Amino acid sequence: MTILTLAAVVALGSFCAGLLGALTGLGGGIVVVPLLTVLLHVDLRYAIGASLVSVIATSSGAAAAYVREGYSNIRVGIFLEVATTVGALVGATIAGVIPTSALGILFGIMLLYSAYRMFRSNDDHPPSTAPDPLATRLRLNSSYPTSAGMQPYAVEGVLPGFGLMFVAGIVSALLGIGSGVVKVLAMDRTMKLPFKVSTTTSNFMIGVTAAASAGVYLHRGYIEPVVALPVMIGVLTGALVGARLLTTASVRWLRILFTVVVVVLAVEMLYKGASGAL
Amino acid sequence: MSERQPGHTNSPPRLSDHALEQVIGRLLQIGVLTSALVVVVGGIALLIRHGGVAADFRSFRSEPSELSTLGGIVRGAYRLDSHAIVQFGLVLLIATPIMRVALTLVAFWWQRDRLYVGITAFVLALLVYGLFWGRA
Repeated sequence: MTILTLAAVVALGSFCAGLLGALTGLGGGIVVVPLLTVLLHVDLRYAIGASLVSVIATSSGAAAAYVREGYSNIRVGIFLEVATTVGALVGATIAGVIPTSALGILFGIMLLYSAYRMFRSNDDHPPSTAPDPLATRLRLNSSYPTSAGMQPYAVEGVLPGFGLMFVAGIVSALLGIGSGVVKVLAMDRTMKLPFKVSTTTSNFMIGVTAAASAGVYLHRGYIEPVVALPVMIGVLTGALVGARLLTTASVRWLRILFTVVVVVLAVEMLYKGASGAL
Repeated sequence: MSERQPGHTNSPPRLSDHALEQVIGRLLQIGVLTSALVVVVGGIALLIRHGGVAADFRSFRSEPSELSTLGGIVRGAYRLDSHAIVQFGLVLLIATPIMRVALTLVAFWWQRDRLYVGITAFVLALLVYGLFWGRA
């Protein structure tokens, strides 16, 4: 395969990943690594480097639109970034010594969990009114726009949320994904932030977390321009088109399609990881 | 409209936070667009010059220092080496969220929010360390 063919195939696959990622709200990063390793036999380290780059691109691109709506909580974001950034640097440090088979299995589990979360209904709980004293001291409580005007909310479970974010940082670096599902879990379920605030703040944080480990991986030689180039451009254009289509396309069958893709890739990653073929 | 007030009274001034978010959003957009432009220009040159070369990324060979250190990438891009130009665009992309954190630091400084100046400075230091030295 020549560089030109590889770039074309990778760009096409990444476009589909970005498109489906934007339409389902799951982000394209999660399928880029299995796509590159399982289908195109690219080394896991190059795949992780390229995927992180695409995660930064989509997160920053989408954040530009999100921040204007006033949902994201900058203080919550920057405070939790302490945990995700430290986690990402720890993850990048241990990535070299963790066997790729273990990474494959971890990846398979993350894929299955993401597929499961996609179908759990996002029943929005009423905003919390009982703040964690630590949240008050850190001035994390804020308000967000609703149809009924600005709605104040309190932040709970600061330390457990912080701990989960540390895990999210490690997972992000090890697998080259945004680990948005873990971030949303920490903010929505543990810290009781409104769902919309959780997702936009999570998106806001994903780019910073990915930048921390991408810097380390750049120095380690994981970022190969020929692989990262089509991944970045493909995912980014896919995400842009997806955001446009979001209002018109039928999201339901797309979710089913994406879930099938994710589950197939999960099984493949688990199999390859367990059989040491990765 | 709800009259409920959660137990907090010291919420930050809303207006300046909102203005900050506008600036941050614009910065992220400019960062992504600039890096995408550099990557596309370098990528076209790369595919024209090296498109016919056999691609093999099945096994990992660490990138040479011209493509894995900031100095090497900048020198290569200056020589108009197409691989280095793409890599330079990718570095700009990695730097975009880092710039965002730096801008947040400035904003907290303006608001005289010492606690968050400290928290943001810590995050920024880690990110700068990762990008410039990166031997985690």
